[in-house]
Amino acid sequence: MSIVINNIDFMYRNKRALADLSCTLAPGFNVLLGPNGAGKSTLLNLLTAQRPLQRGNIHFDGVDIEKTPRQIMQQLGVVFQQTTLDLDLSVFQNLTYFGALHGIKARVVLERITPVLTQLGLIERLHDTVRDLNEGHRRRVEIARCMIHQPRYLLLDEATVGLDVDSRKLIIEHIRLLAQQQAMTILWTTHLLDEVQEDDPLYILNHGQLIAQGKCKTLLSEHQQNSVFDLYRWLTQPQGLV
Amino acid sequence: MSIYMTCFWAILKREILRFFHQRSRLFSALVRPLLWLVVFAAGFRSSLGISIMPPYESYILYQEYIVPGLCAMIILFNSMQTSLSMVYDREMGSMKVLLMSPISRSFLLFCKLIAAACLSLLQVVIFLLLANLVDVDIPWWGVIYAIPSIFLSAFFLGALGLMLSNFIKQLENFAGVMNFVIFPMFFLSSALYPLWKIQESSLWLYWICQYNPFTYCVEMIRFALYGQTNMSASIIIISCVIVSGSLAVASFKPRKI
Repeated sequence: MSIVINNIDFMYRNKRALADLSCTLAPGFNVLLGPNGAGKSTLLNLLTAQRPLQRGNIHFDGVDIEKTPRQIMQQLGVVFQQTTLDLDLSVFQNLTYFGALHGIKARVVLERITPVLTQLGLIERLHDTVRDLNEGHRRRVEIARCMIHQPRYLLLDEATVGLDVDSRKLIIEHIRLLAQQQAMTILWTTHLLDEVQEDDPLYILNHGQLIAQGKCKTLLSEHQQNSVFDLYRWLTQPQGLV
Repeated sequence: MSIYMTCFWAILKREILRFFHQRSRLFSALVRPLLWLVVFAAGFRSSLGISIMPPYESYILYQEYIVPGLCAMIILFNSMQTSLSMVYDREMGSMKVLLMSPISRSFLLFCKLIAAACLSLLQVVIFLLLANLVDVDIPWWGVIYAIPSIFLSAFFLGALGLMLSNFIKQLENFAGVMNFVIFPMFFLSSALYPLWKIQESSLWLYWICQYNPFTYCVEMIRFALYGQTNMSASIIIISCVIVSGSLAVASFKPRKI
């Protein structure tokens, strides 16, 4: 259930977004850290086949995303940085629409989603229009939605950015629990350093290059840094400024 | 029910729900052709005489003449709204949800086109019911007979809208679509005046109208509303459906997201 990324490059016209990036994401909670513009969203777009690979390849459990993207989509849950809910529809209508796009009937969607929505404190807002929800609640709906088709891989692009402390805590705890209980391969991309724990496998991206990868505590000791914040600064800023 | 049917019904339901949620869109979809019918047609009725011409068997009022053109106008506007909604979905991110489906993109787009055609059909039927209140005598069986023609025209124009959505990068560019697609297509057709009348005034204008596929949508609907089939118009529109449908699916560029 690993995701293997081999030597991928990506250019937007004349700007290089990713350069010779290789890594393997093992089952569990993986954190991709990087400043704005580091290439995190580009990587997510490549992992979800929203953009074509220009060089290299990506395999989900041995399956090449370029050859069989549909097969991978069945097993992939994604929360994009930008909200992708239909504001004019209710929470339930959004969820059943997503389910139907994966061939899942409304009854099954409801069965699967009720416990998740209960956990996320949203069950009472099931029939509210998404437009009436705040940003935190919308994010929770998106997280619930990406679980409908029971994916094996979960990709979350800055899923907690702009949310209040309670919403952030609830969401990240829920995702960590999923990684533990359901042995999913999760890629959590963020630039919020307090979301990283010492045991997390950490991937640090800067200017399109993977500048560090490994267990967070191993990286801390390797680079002789005391905290994720120090490590991040040490790796991403010109040494003279640290 | 197969996963394809589940998906098809979901897309259809979503488009219908969205249409009814956007009340201003529903309102303008009906008010626009009614204004043309009540104000424009009433004004021109005395200055424009329509002689007997197929499918009409007697002299008709101008109001009656422009009804098929207005039906086609409703379809045209709705199709362009669909293209606008594709751009909106792309800008707002909800297109990504569609593209994350394991079902083939061609099928998803086909469902979108069918949904847009159903919405056009619904609006045209409501308009025809309302038109009956203002001295327009369209037989009810004519409305039923015209359903396939309305649907075909809607599918063709919807596919055209879908192709256009590939070229519209921002929502703001929709004004350009109005000026360069909707108005020329509508005015350079037989929607407002019969082709023989246009030919009398300007030969080059007549030929432009002849080459405008929208003219054939109008004529196909006009004949169908009186229980007749305009074979040449139907063949042209069926060919347009096949070509534009294939091009719309083939040229779809989701990767602009």
